[in-house]
Amino acid sequence: MSATTTSGGAAVGAASGGERFFLEREKVLGPLMLLPAVIYIVALVGFPLVLAVLYAFTNVTVGDPRIDGTGDFVGLDNFRAVLNDNVFRKALRNTIGFTVISQIIVIILANILSLVLAADFKGKRLVRFLILLPWTTPIALGVLGWFWLLDSVYSPIDYALRRLDLLGPQTPLGPARNMYWLGETELARFAVLLVHIWRTLPLATVILLAGLTSIPQDIKDAANVDGAGFWRQLFYIRLPLLLPIMAVASLFSIVFTFTDLTVSLVLTRGGPVNDTQVLATWAYFKGIQGGSLAQGAAIALFLLPVLIAIAIAMLRLARRAGAD
Amino acid sequence: MATSTDSAPRRITAPVPSAAHAPIDETEGSGKYRARRIGGRVVLYAVATFFSLFAALPFAWMVLTVFKADSDLYRANNNPFIYNDPPTLANLDLLWNETNYRTFILNTFIVAMLVVLITVIIVVPAAYSLTRLAGRWGESLGILIFLVYLVPPTLLFIPLTGVVADLGLQNSRWSMVLVYPTFTIPFCTWLLMGFFKSVPWDIEEQAMIDGYTRLGAIWRTVLPVSVPGILTVVIFSFMLTMHEFVYALAFVQSSGNKTVSVGVFTELIRGDVYFWQALMAAAALVAFPVALLYNYFLDRFIAGFTLGAVKG
Repeated sequence: MSATTTSGGAAVGAASGGERFFLEREKVLGPLMLLPAVIYIVALVGFPLVLAVLYAFTNVTVGDPRIDGTGDFVGLDNFRAVLNDNVFRKALRNTIGFTVISQIIVIILANILSLVLAADFKGKRLVRFLILLPWTTPIALGVLGWFWLLDSVYSPIDYALRRLDLLGPQTPLGPARNMYWLGETELARFAVLLVHIWRTLPLATVILLAGLTSIPQDIKDAANVDGAGFWRQLFYIRLPLLLPIMAVASLFSIVFTFTDLTVSLVLTRGGPVNDTQVLATWAYFKGIQGGSLAQGAAIALFLLPVLIAIAIAMLRLARRAGAD
Repeated sequence: MATSTDSAPRRITAPVPSAAHAPIDETEGSGKYRARRIGGRVVLYAVATFFSLFAALPFAWMVLTVFKADSDLYRANNNPFIYNDPPTLANLDLLWNETNYRTFILNTFIVAMLVVLITVIIVVPAAYSLTRLAGRWGESLGILIFLVYLVPPTLLFIPLTGVVADLGLQNSRWSMVLVYPTFTIPFCTWLLMGFFKSVPWDIEEQAMIDGYTRLGAIWRTVLPVSVPGILTVVIFSFMLTMHEFVYALAFVQSSGNKTVSVGVFTELIRGDVYFWQALMAAAALVAFPVALLYNYFLDRFIAGFTLGAVKG
């Protein structure tokens, strides 16, 4: 009976009455605490997503971004203009090509590299730090390093090739004294591809590494006792157990490569003659530099189907993980 | 890495705890397994060295460039891998005193501080709510919010440019302060949920039994033990801000309001004239501290990215 007066919290609760009691209910407090996050996401992700679709059917520009009325709607004009554009088709092809090729290579290399990082050896911390650099440094700055590394005149790679008598007059790669890495179509595509691999390999590797270290020790022990060799363990135990986590690693890397703007923009600005243009850079050149938000939106919308497919795949993976 | 050749033979006599290269049969003195084990170590070091060089290559070239004199750098016949002329600090002086670099750094920090503040204020209650109050829906809702992180800036930057212009924020630092939480909130909510799951909740319940209201119990018991988790949120929203490029590029045109990533790329390259040493210094001065910080907190990042597919 005296408990209500001696315990401070209960006394306060009784004193301030209904309001505090109301806030104490989990059904009220829970949604209330979540609300600011939801509002932020709906207002600045959900709404812009809808706006992106709307923009694609209008004539909005950077100077006049407001959809004023039905008069601003132009039907499928933007899509017609975009699809008839040779550069767009190049950009679409490049986006898919860069993503597919780089990610096949990344998942193979990540498997090798995660095995290396799972082992114990001298200098492992340094190796890990170096291998992670492409992911941990801001992407625009890292790509700037590649830009200078592949310079048309002062590239140290060209210098090394010249010293090996591979480049220059009367050599296999000559007679020019430089490769012009970012100036020749095939080389520029190769360079963009290489930088994408360089950038996403660390991410895929550390995700796989997390999977690798979570394989229960008793399974490894049992395999050792049964006399399974390295390759047998790799193909019959490690890879099958790692499959879900490999899918996760791949899906993330695909998203980051497929939607990337920075690599192509900083390295080549889409050149030479738009040969390394991707959907994101082309949307930027048309939508922001060219000022036609509407056409930019129409171009960027072509990213959406792949993103939706990936989101569904991730939800299924997460559900399966939750069910275990 | 450099010591790989001399350390390899020493290592093989020690027990190898790793699963990756542990032979099945540890028969001592068996020549076949011994040879195989040495071979394994050699392959291990070779692969590690190769990938380290590949990853670090542009950064090594960056750092080497920073201290080169013009007379050394711009002579195509000079060996670019060594200093033909004595190293110089003049380029750093140029970067610091004759470009807008200091402004870019300051802008980045101002934007990052505000983004961190907004993120923490919104994320802590959201993550608490999803972990403690939402019941079985919490985890699914959390994954949905995390997936928002994967909606790429390249899809949103066009409509958001319109929104920002409509709000009169184009060309201002506030545009970034407003928009950056769209990716820090989803990411950090998910991150913090992972942390909250490991908090011993008895202390909160005990505090409520002792008469505190739930909000009082959160304030007095949950927040104090959550400081490491909240610190992780601070670090990651800071780092994601440092990494951001697309929105900053689309929103801000005037030099005085640019952040580092975009400012270095658009302002320090003037037409055809490249101040390569200053440019590389600008990149390296930001890239390495961010990389060190990121590296330190990476395990938390990966724990979030594995979506629960890996059981810790």
